[in-house]
Amino acid sequence: MTDRVINWFKYASPQTFYPLAGKLIPWFWALAALFGIAGLAIGFLIAPTDAQQGEGYRIIFLHVPASWMSMFIYLVMAFWAGIGLAFNIRLSGMMASALAPTGALFAFLSLWTGALWGKPMWGTWWVWDARLTSELILLFLYIGFIALQAAIDDPRRADKAGAILALVGVVNIPIIYFSVKWWNTLHQGASVSLTKAPSMAAMMLWGMLLCALACWMYSIAIALMRVRTIMLERERHTDWVRELLDEKG
Amino acid sequence: MLRAVIGRDLRLAMRRQADIVAAMFFFIIVVSLFPLGVGPEPDQLRRMAPGVLWVAALLATMLSLPRLFADDHRDGTLEQLALAPQPLGLIVLGKVIAHWLVAGLPLVILAPVLGIQFDLSRDALAVLTVSLLIGTPALSGIGAIGAALTLGVRGGGVLLSLLVLPLYIPVLIFGAGAVDATVSGLGPQAHLSLLGALALGGVFFAPWPTAAALRVALE
Repeated sequence: MTDRVINWFKYASPQTFYPLAGKLIPWFWALAALFGIAGLAIGFLIAPTDAQQGEGYRIIFLHVPASWMSMFIYLVMAFWAGIGLAFNIRLSGMMASALAPTGALFAFLSLWTGALWGKPMWGTWWVWDARLTSELILLFLYIGFIALQAAIDDPRRADKAGAILALVGVVNIPIIYFSVKWWNTLHQGASVSLTKAPSMAAMMLWGMLLCALACWMYSIAIALMRVRTIMLERERHTDWVRELLDEKG
Repeated sequence: MLRAVIGRDLRLAMRRQADIVAAMFFFIIVVSLFPLGVGPEPDQLRRMAPGVLWVAALLATMLSLPRLFADDHRDGTLEQLALAPQPLGLIVLGKVIAHWLVAGLPLVILAPVLGIQFDLSRDALAVLTVSLLIGTPALSGIGAIGAALTLGVRGGGVLLSLLVLPLYIPVLIFGAGAVDATVSGLGPQAHLSLLGALALGGVFFAPWPTAAALRVALE
């Protein structure tokens, strides 16, 4: 009877997840490259020039996906951290710490590309606008999470402490997302929304969505690569890691 | 129970008054550095005052945070408190209130005096004091989370500021914003209401993650 039930927790153990992740990674890299090339091609070659902003608007093909990812990865990280805290699953904590650097990278990219766009459009690299400030806080939260985990030697304790911090920081995500609605400041409102037609040409939208997909695939691939390394590091005393290393010589 | 924890922490703090006084003087010195650094034009000082006083208040609160749990952790009291039949969150709430009475309230009392140095008007001084009165409990509450997370961690002090200061930013914005709004002629009501919401939320919810973090630290 038992062997006919699907084992939902099969891949919750590092030993089984390690080879699975290894098999998945090339696929995600391939998809990331595919979507990235398609998105950038549409973005830079096909999409029309914007009537008001000229060619400068093309930075949104990186800026918007990076901002989305920075927020979304934080939610995913907090989700895994919460699961790890609630059910005491080792792999969840590892996933959370594998996602943090990628999230921090995207938060930084989002601020950086925003500054590059802001200089020609607003005439300034930086304004203390609600959305920019809250995105900066998000970057600080990522850095705090990474620093806290790095400062605690015992990985189990590091996971739990990081999880609590990540869950506390989740408060910031809706603030960033709705900041352009709540405070009417310099940063323009969302260009894409689920409830009404997007306020941009179809080609621009396609380019942006493809770039967003590319960022997704890249994030998954890099997080899986990082989690594999973390697994090897933390499970180095176990038999399966020793066998694996012996095989490779 | 709550009263017992508050009473105990207050008594301990009173036996070590040097700590409280040091944090207060830190606040005074940081605030006094700014006129020396940026020059004494009254107009400029008046514009900077809310931000400077609030940032100094954040830093002074930060300075006293590590002591919130560290002493109890070192001599084992914290483990006994965690074993007590009362919920750990309630005990944490007591410690947060005691921390505010010792570290937050003196700042509120000092702030108007320092505000005079910055040539603030009477209305602005009143709003500054009220905003600190409402906002500093939130600082103690949110800070407790950071203090518990960094308990017994190497480099805890620096790490604490890295974790807690980003979470303090909303309190800073609305606290200093209330005074700014008064100075520029808008009413401070909206900012003070938001600040009050932050403080209530912070003090009410913070004991849970703090208690969870303490249990992690005690494992």
